[in-house]
Amino acid sequence: MRHLKVGLLTASVLAAAALQVGTASAGEIVVGLQCDRTGPTQTVGTFLCPGYHDYVKLKNSQGGINGHTVRVMEIDHEYKVPPGMEAYQRFKKEGAVIVAIYGTPHTQALTPLLHEDKIPGTSPGFGSAAAANGTKFPYLFPIAATYWSQGAAAVAFAKEKLGGVIKGKKIAYIYYDNPAGREPIPILHKLAKMEDFELKEFAIPPPGVEMKVQVQDIARRYRADFVINHTFGKAPSVSINEFTRNGYPLSKMVGFVWAAGESNIMGAGGWDKAQGYYVMQFAGAGSDYKVLDEIKALYKSEGKSTPKEMASTVYYNRGLLTAAIHLKAIENAVKAKGGSDKISGTDVKNGFEQISDFTLGGILPPVKITKEDHEGGGWVRIFQVKGQGFVPVTDWMRGYRDVVTKMVQEGH
Amino acid sequence: MFHRESGYYKTTYKADMALFRLPIGKVAIGAIAVIFFVIFPLIFDEYYLSIVNIAAIAVIGALGLNILLGYTGQISIGHAAFMSVGAYTAANMAVHFDWPFWLTVPAGGCMAALIGVFVGMPSLRVKGLYLAIATLAAQFIIEWVLNHTPVISGGIQASIPMPRPVIFGETLETQAELYFFILPVTAVAIIATLNLVRSRIGRAFIAIRDQDIAAEIIGINVYRYKLLAFAISSFYAGVCGVMYTYYFGIANYEAFQLPISIDYLAMVIIGGLGSVLGSIFGAVFVTLLPIAIRTFMETVGVFFVDGVYLAQVIAQMRLILFGGLIILFLVVEPDGLAKLWQNIRNYFRIWPFSY
Repeated sequence: MRHLKVGLLTASVLAAAALQVGTASAGEIVVGLQCDRTGPTQTVGTFLCPGYHDYVKLKNSQGGINGHTVRVMEIDHEYKVPPGMEAYQRFKKEGAVIVAIYGTPHTQALTPLLHEDKIPGTSPGFGSAAAANGTKFPYLFPIAATYWSQGAAAVAFAKEKLGGVIKGKKIAYIYYDNPAGREPIPILHKLAKMEDFELKEFAIPPPGVEMKVQVQDIARRYRADFVINHTFGKAPSVSINEFTRNGYPLSKMVGFVWAAGESNIMGAGGWDKAQGYYVMQFAGAGSDYKVLDEIKALYKSEGKSTPKEMASTVYYNRGLLTAAIHLKAIENAVKAKGGSDKISGTDVKNGFEQISDFTLGGILPPVKITKEDHEGGGWVRIFQVKGQGFVPVTDWMRGYRDVVTKMVQEGH
Repeated sequence: MFHRESGYYKTTYKADMALFRLPIGKVAIGAIAVIFFVIFPLIFDEYYLSIVNIAAIAVIGALGLNILLGYTGQISIGHAAFMSVGAYTAANMAVHFDWPFWLTVPAGGCMAALIGVFVGMPSLRVKGLYLAIATLAAQFIIEWVLNHTPVISGGIQASIPMPRPVIFGETLETQAELYFFILPVTAVAIIATLNLVRSRIGRAFIAIRDQDIAAEIIGINVYRYKLLAFAISSFYAGVCGVMYTYYFGIANYEAFQLPISIDYLAMVIIGGLGSVLGSIFGAVFVTLLPIAIRTFMETVGVFFVDGVYLAQVIAQMRLILFGGLIILFLVVEPDGLAKLWQNIRNYFRIWPFSY
């Protein structure tokens, strides 16, 4: 019976705790942040979410938004959909005015709810590219370059690297075989037709750790002139090693945004193994930004050491980008309400749509969100692995913007 | 004269087959129905109802797996794949043919049952771990097919937006409305399972689980019943998948991958194999525990960890506590939560005596 009592006691403590759910207090603006720190994408989440928290902390230490503190409510959902739905309902209950969605299936499941509840949600790097259409999805904001924009930018970059002539060249597209991996294919085909280059797709089946055959094919048989690499998780690291093994120069390959983190380079065996590899970023990589120094100074003034998550600059800075755009939207909403903290989701949505040329010292692209374009322009910047870090090789750029915009409007 | 029962004894076959073994059962069921259908919607807000909704959907899936694993003794690691079959069937029917939910729900279940029978065929020849691998193969094959067949899965994103269910011209959108859509289906699933396991079919399942050779000798067609178990189990999974699809508003195979199959296995094992109540307990436990732990850590954690690290600590502690509590509960009672509940009842039945 003793065991029974222990069990019952544990259960009742947990049940009691579960009922202790608070709500927003006065003068406080709540934002909901979904995260994955324990699931399949934890290599991203553990760096991205601290970036978000740190930026909000910095803003709050500088007086918040018109004197109102912003409270971040984070819920980890392990990349599973039902906990993600529960997290959303919790955010709604707490009175969140923005929800930062984490995960493609979550974005799809939450899209109808966001519209019903009139709460804007952001999905940087997740969800479908068609969501950039603000007229069709008024409450969903991709806020960063979608896979279509990335695909178009990759082709533009390849063209530049091939000396301005892409006609007749062989471009290989190596991708993780899931919906996200296949998403850029339509635009790549469209551009291949338009620019008259040869495009061949090479699928890597999940979990993406075995790609000998595909890489050999690209390097030895197909002899691609340029490679576009759209892989996730462990796959980018493996691909770097495989291409090197087959004697294919990494300087003839550009990785999409999820093949572009420090952890991907470390997984391949460190910076020395990936020299020359081009990567695409939707937030600046590296740590030479004023805002990062401010965060370091804030921690120093508290007598604490710099958060270790900052070392993974790519994902950390992306979290920062999300937070910065969120807070800018809230700031716009608060301003529109004459400084009141009683802002609704719709106010914040309008706040998002007023964001224009907000770069935060170069860590963000020149984001401009409009009623029609919720992607913010679809900017990316190409970096290259040089020495012991990422070095920018282009300015903020985009490719074939007219083609992307047309596809977004058509919605497929 | 004041007297108490000293236990619960069955003297007839009829008593053994009874749905309510004690008269109090009828009262209890009535009370539970009133609590769930009247009191909960009145006192709970949207957030709590959303948790009940998620748990109620999980109960359907867990019941299905328990019929297969707990009652028939056939292991399946492809349960989530059957859910995706139901999900895509219903989504296609609803989108292309405008079918209402009362057609899509059984249609999704039937399609899953059909595929389930096919996948269950190896069970005629292999058992235990071998069957586990065969069903694992089904999980991967179904995922692959959905991923690569735009005709079924609706294009490159492999996802189909699902219209909200409509009853009498009323579109169900809020959590409270969905609650009254999901809960009756769960109730029907529970009642159907209770009746199934006390019937001839259920007893055949149990006979096969306990000793399949003996079952064959007493005249049970083992092949037929094994496939039937797969069909029924997959039907439940399919219905569960359809309910998820209505709830999420989208059919997407990424919500039904291998880890979800493992989650459902965890539900029935923690809840109690071969017990309807166990499936319910297991599903509710696995759904609620992470939420409870998180809320607990949010309340208590602030005293130990500060600021931005709290989120990280909560996420990690949730995993540790979740694992730890599962071990604790299984050490306390290896037969799962259903047995634990039984122990509590037995204790109070004869209280204040110890036996």
